Amino acid sequence: MDRHVVARADEIGPGERKLVHVRGRAVVLFNVDGEFFAILDRCPHQGGSLCEGRLTGLVTSKEPGQYEYSHRGAVIRCPWHAWEFDIRTGQSWCEPGRIRVKSFKTEVQAGAGLVQGPYVAETFPVTRDGDYVVIEA
Amino acid sequence: MKLLDVSAIDCDVHPTVPDLADLLPYMEPHWRDTISDRGIEAFESISYPPNAPLSARPDWRDERGRAAQNVTSLATQALDRWNLRFAVGNCIYGVHMAFSEDLAAVLARAVNDWLVREWLDREPRLRASIVVPLQNPELAVDEIRRRSEDRRFVQVLLPAMAEAPLGRRHFWPIYSAAERAGLPIGIHAGSSYRHPVTPVGWPSHYVEDYASQAQAFQGQLASLVCEGVFTKFPNLKVVLIESGVTWLTPFLWRLTKFWRGLRSEVPWVDRPPSEIVREHVRMTIQPFDAPDGTERLERIIDHLQSDRMLLFSSDFPHWQFDGDEVLPNGFPESLVGRIAVDNPLETYPRMKECMP
Repeated sequence: MDRHVVARADEIGPGERKLVHVRGRAVVLFNVDGEFFAILDRCPHQGGSLCEGRLTGLVTSKEPGQYEYSHRGAVIRCPWHAWEFDIRTGQSWCEPGRIRVKSFKTEVQAGAGLVQGPYVAETFPVTRDGDYVVIEA
Repeated sequence: MKLLDVSAIDCDVHPTVPDLADLLPYMEPHWRDTISDRGIEAFESISYPPNAPLSARPDWRDERGRAAQNVTSLATQALDRWNLRFAVGNCIYGVHMAFSEDLAAVLARAVNDWLVREWLDREPRLRASIVVPLQNPELAVDEIRRRSEDRRFVQVLLPAMAEAPLGRRHFWPIYSAAERAGLPIGIHAGSSYRHPVTPVGWPSHYVEDYASQAQAFQGQLASLVCEGVFTKFPNLKVVLIESGVTWLTPFLWRLTKFWRGLRSEVPWVDRPPSEIVREHVRMTIQPFDAPDGTERLERIIDHLQSDRMLLFSSDFPHWQFDGDEVLPNGFPESLVGRIAVDNPLETYPRMKECMP
């Protein structure tokens, strides 16, 4: 598993997203209240671009007629058939046991820390000031 | 295994009310006189017009052209003939057609009393479904409570098309009472004829009405699942009676597919509808809407992904088959015991209480 610098942290504001490419694969990067999450930009159903989807929350229910709304801004709906995925884990909400989109571990690192590794500086331009989003893929 | 060898349980036969006059002794004087004063002659619907070929097989009709009007004909023509252990009597009478809730309740009570006296008391192999006034769920619950102590009533009977989609919460007291009493809900083909019997409007012909019943069952199934009836009543079973069978798989495929995208609309449906239906829903096999042939039938059952869903039925005296071809031609012999004994006993647990 390699680590890839994919974006400057300050170019994706809270609630925003960015399509990046890691080893030739399209990956969507989300900023949820300052925390970054990354999933493959490909719906496991028929390949719709999740980056184009609508960001929403999770509706669950304990019994008919009762609605509980949580994880606002952490669920992406595929633009093609509206399947819902938790952007933090890639898990589908229609059949959590069976369907999930690939997710990646992300972290934000200071630019100074990154240049020290041999695997980053070679492929991604890194400047010394500011923080960067790093994906493990 | 052959049907005659297993002492099968027939999950759909039709005791038929000969005449409204036969129900009058089971009504209080006020209602008896009301019926006569108002000039009400009958409560039969156009669901099974007496002269329609489907309504009764020719060799089962009496000299007046009617069939299944007394327990003797049911016993000799069906119970003895097919060596049946039990049969579930579903009385299709126009109780659900009355606009008056009180009159509907009176009719339901009379039909159930008549079933007890004229049928159940005279034939130990017979079981019955409770006819309820769906027009008023409170009165329907009263009728369920009144009957459920009689263990020969094994089900609550509802028509496939009535006031509103059956999943609506308005009807839930009925499901609650049925679940508590350990009674499945049987939904039988037919309509209160309040609304067109097809989604596109009133058809011109009987054949359209009868063939379109499958669409009504689809609508009811979608309603029951999506309104959350099976979430709220996890022990409730629903039996689709005279619904046909083979439409189920493509319909569930469609329902499950769209649920994946629209799940958040019905968040209480927390697993695929196909799975919920496999657990909660059963279907009687006559009329079986598929071509003959073991291989084809095996494939259809394979598509259901369960051998627990089908219940043996003859639909006596309706003309669904000739002679003794009560099972679809080529029905896999390995499944006869399952659909004719095991599945009915699992669906109607009250039957186990006094097994012959």
